[in-house]
Amino acid sequence: MAVRSNIVGIDSPEALEKALRAAYYLADEGIATAAYLALALGKPLLLEGSPGVGKTEAAKAVAAVLGRRLIRLQCYEGIDAAAALYEWNYPRQMLAIRQAGDESIDIYGETFLIERPMLAALRAPDSAVLLIDEIDRADQEFEAFLLEFLSDFQISIPERGTVRASERPVVVLTSNRTRDLHEALRRRCVYHWIDYPTAEREARIVMMRASSVAESTARAVVAAVGKLRREPLSKAPGIAEAVDWAEAATLLHQGGARWPDAFKRSIGLALKDEEDLRFIAPRLDALLAEAAA
Amino acid sequence: MSNEPGLPRAAGVFISFVALLRANGFAVAPEQTVAFLAAIELLGPRSLEHIRRAGLATLAPPPERRSTYDRLFDIHFQGRQDFVGGGEDEEIVRLQEEGRGGDEPLLADEANESGLAAARAEALVERRFAQSLTGDALRRLTREAPRRLPKRRGHRRMRGRRGPWADLRRTLREIVRTDGEMLRLGRLKRRARPRKMLVLIDVSGSMKARTEENMTLAHALLQAAANIEVFTFGTRLTRVTRALRLKRREQALNAAAHLVSDWDGGTRIGDALQAFLAVPRFASYARGAAVMVISDGLERGDPSAMRDAVAKLSRSAWRLSWLTPLAASPGFQPQTEALVAIQRLVDDLLDGGSSAAIVSHLLSLGQRRAA
Repeated sequence: MAVRSNIVGIDSPEALEKALRAAYYLADEGIATAAYLALALGKPLLLEGSPGVGKTEAAKAVAAVLGRRLIRLQCYEGIDAAAALYEWNYPRQMLAIRQAGDESIDIYGETFLIERPMLAALRAPDSAVLLIDEIDRADQEFEAFLLEFLSDFQISIPERGTVRASERPVVVLTSNRTRDLHEALRRRCVYHWIDYPTAEREARIVMMRASSVAESTARAVVAAVGKLRREPLSKAPGIAEAVDWAEAATLLHQGGARWPDAFKRSIGLALKDEEDLRFIAPRLDALLAEAAA
Repeated sequence: MSNEPGLPRAAGVFISFVALLRANGFAVAPEQTVAFLAAIELLGPRSLEHIRRAGLATLAPPPERRSTYDRLFDIHFQGRQDFVGGGEDEEIVRLQEEGRGGDEPLLADEANESGLAAARAEALVERRFAQSLTGDALRRLTREAPRRLPKRRGHRRMRGRRGPWADLRRTLREIVRTDGEMLRLGRLKRRARPRKMLVLIDVSGSMKARTEENMTLAHALLQAAANIEVFTFGTRLTRVTRALRLKRREQALNAAAHLVSDWDGGTRIGDALQAFLAVPRFASYARGAAVMVISDGLERGDPSAMRDAVAKLSRSAWRLSWLTPLAASPGFQPQTEALVAIQRLVDDLLDGGSSAAIVSHLLSLGQRRAA
């Protein structure tokens, strides 16, 4: 397993953590280690975690650190090679056949090829990071297809031959774990389960993302969000919700609302499910008072 | 990787750690071991934490078994001996106030959860399953499942005689073959896919006579089709899908029996279903799925909690069936408060008194519509 040299200047997880911080992503040791190993070993990085813990953000930050563009492939049920790999421009091919008349043309030339994210990443492995987002939404057929791609980093286009990456591209996969991924996929990747951050780290994230938020507000919001996550809610607030809530409460406060009231009135940004709101409503005042203390 | 014939002696301790993980039911492939060693080399390693994290990243223990991984790590690398039990997996949700429902002894307090004391207090009954007696029904299920289990329209496309999309790829091929003349436009239609199914099995004391067969049936169903999730509930909620995926029936049922520790205890159905819905990952198994609850509905707790949970489950399910052994007699009318309360909420309230009856219902689901 060749150790790669294309992560110049980053020779340890700590160095990567620092670089990620400069790209506005606060990583903990676990994710910094996993990302560093993925880069150094040339393996894909598989990030799993609840919605809203910053999986996609992590991929963006890695791309920023490496100074590469991010190619994103959003998965959905029924996604297939035509949407992920390449597609021929059929109308154009048909027109070309018509126009050619008796002359012979190559309808499988470069001009008729539509590049999709995976092919694009394969052709520019040194200047792109491929993000395969929410792989758990895709079906098992696509997962199997992906397995092949991730082990050899090559694609065969029947009409043109095999496209091989000149070096191993950086690939990040994310999953919300709405279903169990195939063991073989986990095996191919460097794996990290992203948990909700500690209160300390989350408060720093909130302040970094929303500069208008005061430290005391950030801490109160993070404490409240932490309490909400321990409740049996159908949709627990993620980091993005915490940031939004803190920002909204700050805005209301600037408009003249008093503190606990500003939190309470903007709860809709943290809890977005009617039943969850109803469930928590009777205890909301106590919960907010406790969090603000 | 390099072709060196022998490994450096220092690597031995890491390889034996991998062996220890395997012995404890973690699936680790050889390529992961290779990556683990490479990762350790890359990281220095400057501390034990580096090794722990290298293992987490490369050996990829499933998150719900993280605590077991940590314990094994401590034992192996730090010589800790205080290993008790396999660690509590997150596939098991304990219900609040468990133990009040039936006649089992009171529980130890929360602080003592994973210890042996708690295990003893819960009077864990490990159950060995005998061979099934209802072979015919199971054989029928295996044979007819691919054809008759419920399906839904998927988003993947396939060629069809008619359909909403043009199959440009195929059409172009034909054009090339006919020198530029388009004779026929190929069509694409949506392919049918097996619908998700969720089976919730009541394993409490009142269902004792049926539990064994229900588990066998769940195993057969899991083997016959993809996209099936199986949970058991009593005083706990346990996901047994992973255990029942094992191919050999006896092995699978033993694994499940090992996991489920609330056999023949009390039951609080409402709390169990609430707990199920409160874990987002579990709740998503019910969305758009054919949900089947196999339970007599003898609720010892608050019937309104059960009604609320069933209502919520019914809203997210494609079709909710409640199979109860009490409905075996022809003129069945729900009598208990809880069953009367949920009668309007479930789509089917049917006989769950024999494997044959459950299998017939399962196989009839394919013809039914969403409700």
